[in-house]
Amino acid sequence: MRELTTPYVAHQFDDADQQHEASALGMWLFLITEIMFFGGLFTAYVVYRSAFPAAFHAASKELDIGLGAFNTVVLLTSSLTMALSVRAAQIGKRGMLVVCLLLTIALGLTFLGVKAYEYQHKWHEHLVPGPYFLFHGPDPTNAQLFFSLYFAMTGLHALHMIIGVGLLGVLTVRGAQGMFSRFYYTPVELSGLYWHFVDLVWIFLFPLLYLLGRH
Amino acid sequence: MHSKIPLFPEQASTLAAQVDLLYFFLIGVSLFFGVLIATLLVTFAIRYRRRVGDPVPPAIEGFLALELLWTVIPFGLAMMIFFWGAVIYFEMARPPDNAHEVFVVGKQWMWKLQHLEGRREINELHVPIGQPIKLTMTSEDVIHSFYVPAFRMKADVLPGRYTTTWFEATKVGEYHLFCAEYCGTSHAGMIGRIVVMEPAEYQAWLSESGPTVPGGAAPVAGTAGVPPAEAGLALFQQFSCVACHQDKPTPAAVGPSLVGLFGKQVTLQDGRQVVADDAYLRESILDPTAKMVSGYLPVMPTFQGQLDEEQIRQLIQYIKSLKPAGETASPGVAAAASGAPAGAS
Amino acid sequence: MATGVAETNYLNESYGVRSWLLTRDHKRIALLYLISVTVFFFLGSLFAIGIRLELLTPTGDVVQADTYNKLFTMHGVIMVFFFLIPSIPAVLGNFLVPMMIGAKDLAFPRLNLLSWYIYMIGGTFTLWAVATGGVDTGWTFYTPYSSTYSNTNVIATALGVFITGFSSILTGLNFIVTIHRMRAPGLTWFRLPLFIWAHYATSIIMVLGTPVIAITVLLVGIERAFRIGIFDPALGGDPVLFQHLFWFYSHPAVYIMILPSMGVVSEIITCFSRKGIFGYPFIAMSSLAIALLGFLVWGHHMFLSSQSVYAALIFSILSFAVAIPSAVKVFNWTATLYRGSVSFEAPMIYAMGFIGLFTIGGLTGLFLASLGLDVHVHDTYFVVAHFHYIMVGGALMGYLGGLHFWWPKMTGRMYPETWARMAAVVVFIGFNLTFFPQFVLGYLGMPRRYHVYPEEFQVLNVMSTAGASILGFGYLLPLAYLVWSLRYAPHAHANPWRAWGLEWTTPSPPPTENFAVTPVVTEDAYAYAPHDAVPEEPQVA
Repeated sequence: MRELTTPYVAHQFDDADQQHEASALGMWLFLITEIMFFGGLFTAYVVYRSAFPAAFHAASKELDIGLGAFNTVVLLTSSLTMALSVRAAQIGKRGMLVVCLLLTIALGLTFLGVKAYEYQHKWHEHLVPGPYFLFHGPDPTNAQLFFSLYFAMTGLHALHMIIGVGLLGVLTVRGAQGMFSRFYYTPVELSGLYWHFVDLVWIFLFPLLYLLGRH
Repeated sequence: MHSKIPLFPEQASTLAAQVDLLYFFLIGVSLFFGVLIATLLVTFAIRYRRRVGDPVPPAIEGFLALELLWTVIPFGLAMMIFFWGAVIYFEMARPPDNAHEVFVVGKQWMWKLQHLEGRREINELHVPIGQPIKLTMTSEDVIHSFYVPAFRMKADVLPGRYTTTWFEATKVGEYHLFCAEYCGTSHAGMIGRIVVMEPAEYQAWLSESGPTVPGGAAPVAGTAGVPPAEAGLALFQQFSCVACHQDKPTPAAVGPSLVGLFGKQVTLQDGRQVVADDAYLRESILDPTAKMVSGYLPVMPTFQGQLDEEQIRQLIQYIKSLKPAGETASPGVAAAASGAPAGAS
Repeated sequence: MATGVAETNYLNESYGVRSWLLTRDHKRIALLYLISVTVFFFLGSLFAIGIRLELLTPTGDVVQADTYNKLFTMHGVIMVFFFLIPSIPAVLGNFLVPMMIGAKDLAFPRLNLLSWYIYMIGGTFTLWAVATGGVDTGWTFYTPYSSTYSNTNVIATALGVFITGFSSILTGLNFIVTIHRMRAPGLTWFRLPLFIWAHYATSIIMVLGTPVIAITVLLVGIERAFRIGIFDPALGGDPVLFQHLFWFYSHPAVYIMILPSMGVVSEIITCFSRKGIFGYPFIAMSSLAIALLGFLVWGHHMFLSSQSVYAALIFSILSFAVAIPSAVKVFNWTATLYRGSVSFEAPMIYAMGFIGLFTIGGLTGLFLASLGLDVHVHDTYFVVAHFHYIMVGGALMGYLGGLHFWWPKMTGRMYPETWARMAAVVVFIGFNLTFFPQFVLGYLGMPRRYHVYPEEFQVLNVMSTAGASILGFGYLLPLAYLVWSLRYAPHAHANPWRAWGLEWTTPSPPPTENFAVTPVVTEDAYAYAPHDAVPEEPQVA
């Protein structure tokens, strides 16, 4: 396919530069709203953790730190492959772009798969909040609170990962069709921002949820 | 009273006049600025109304001195009002040491009040004039708010914890009691009255038997005015608390002695130190492993669902009454402290 | 400068439902919002009628207690989330922000349309909740009543609010990017109309605050659906945490509702005094100050909730601080009239009414910020009166004033001036009669959300209901004559008010692309030309 040398400029913009800057600002603003969105959950977590340290410590021990650590490595690696795909777009290497995007998707799906495994394991252990919750450690009432927050926070994160994987899927198809070039790769760049953000959220989630009380 | 439109409620507490004074001051400030702005607007509108042949309006961009003036002066005024309001609030937040406690339980859609001496009331509170009263309150279900306009007093009543407020009535009479936090169907029906009496009348009222109901109907049969501490002793035995919490514990005791516990600092399993106050005792009854004292195994069962808030209050009062030999107990708990078995509550 | 009716404008350049429902034109989207918010406004008013009818008598005889609780809840939910928050930004902001800065559209037109659809979907959920039994938690959804005890459609309503929140977020995002990146050449920040400053500050709040209420109502819904205990003390949760999270958004939300209105007032005051605004930088900066400080005062809704005395002190002092920038605006607007050339068309009547009523509303905020006094008036009709003075006497008057001011631009028609002036006066009188007695009621001790009350409160309640009927009539008038004007009123010229502003340099109604040539700005804001230098354009009667 013909390589685009001049990107399509939407009618409301004066030129490609303005379009790019506007899109980038828009994505950063959106990520700020996402910080506020997760922020509410983090606030609830901080409040309850300081109120019920014993329960939270005991509940945190039920999480599989090995799987959590593995997932952290997976996500960090996916951020690397994402950055590489942005780089590939920047230098106009279509093949590398598609490969790196596919790798990122694969890593993202791995993360989600591990999470799915963890969730169903928790279900079997009666650690999903609700009528079937059964906790054998101290302060089960507040331990349930830990798990409510665990599922809410990691669930919201997983939802964002799923959206991200979908986004990258669209990018991969478009990239394979040659829609991006050295002159126009804004969607790749901005999706990269989104992906890094979702990764960053996990970097906070992992120690807060999994590494509580393990010195 | 109904012949004219009332503008503010009676002042029936020590703080009411102070609150009203701040209110009137604020009305004055509002009138001043309101009239000022209105007058300026109307004056300018008339004086500078558009007429054919008018000169061109000058391009007045601003005047820094004026901006500073009308920023600094309102700010100073605002800080003054803040300070004034804060002083009143501080006083409202600190019950005097000689305050008598009354326990309040709010539930959909009624108020249950318990005097330390034993009388229970529903939707009514009898108090003597000139005596500070401290209300310790909790809710059995949703958030309520205990509001007495004549006292200018209000405090939210929360489930799962105790909140406190206080007042000192200064005028004999009957005053509205409202629930001021929306709580469901009969929120507007969760009302009652505060009956302020002369001290002698109040003492006489205290020693009558039976809980009062609104309208002064005959006392409800079968419930005597038992001091909560006494009732708490009965519960302590009924629920076998005494099995693990003996007054003089042996080395193999399952649970700590509760004598002299109230108000002391205790050390928890994780090393934290907390004060054994109302909230701590309540939490330990309902969720024993939440703040476990160090040195014991987590074997105490939870009493969640087995005790309602009034019973928990009775147990707490009983525990409060367990003082080491030689200390005086607070009023209303002397009978319980002596260990005499009380009638069923 | 174009005059007369453009042959092709954004209204007639294409016809058909599809061209409207799939439009990317910010002006058409603004009209879509206009229709939607108007419908929600009158629906919310219906609930208000029910409330005021019930409150005519001290006993509960018009509706049952449960029904009344649903009435005030749904009145609040609809008015706050589906009228007040979107109104000016989504209608006037969407229409005018690109035009005022010389742009062809917002930065993200498709996102703009998506915002409207999200708003409609959220609105549909909420309407469905209303129609299938209603919700009775109060618009504040306090837990554990909302999460555990209420037997009404809480989850559906929470979902409706959750969804609509994203409409707000995306609109704010769109405005911020547009204002930052798409200003015409020469249009520096301090040459911007104050309407733009106001919307910029509003958008910051929308973007930062709305996600928090989104997650909060989501958690309430989850708690209710799965019976877990985030906010229910019986399950280990903390009901006061809900209040913190809720008010962290809902307080800044009130600034979302008032700041755009203040922007409208700045535009109207200058035009109808034919003079630049007094203290431009102070008004501009005060909008930002309000947005920033507005995030720091949420705890003033919780002075009695058992939060610590020291927290209460901090929130109180900051609440006093946030009043100052608003006072600065009022003084600057008033000073703008000095040595001006003042005329009293309907927009000006609304703007002056705004200044008066907002001043009263703002001053009564001081009563509420005073800790010792708030203990008495919290959760009483004093609070109800205070926020209605700001929201209705302030924000709604600003909206109506702006709607009239820009009506000729948006529709190409002049509204009938005499009717409009009359309606503005009727609204002003009806409003004061409705809500001033409520200050007295509140101090007397009448709590909020009561449908029965002690007899001594009746006279004031009757006055309030009488006022409400006048106010309602006052709102029906613009509905009637504005709709009438679309077909029967005379056509308006490009600049019937001879106002300053880029939007007035386009035809009425404007062409789809707004400006054939991107304007270049060389003068400061509100550079009103001497009025005797421009030939008097024939004002159509």
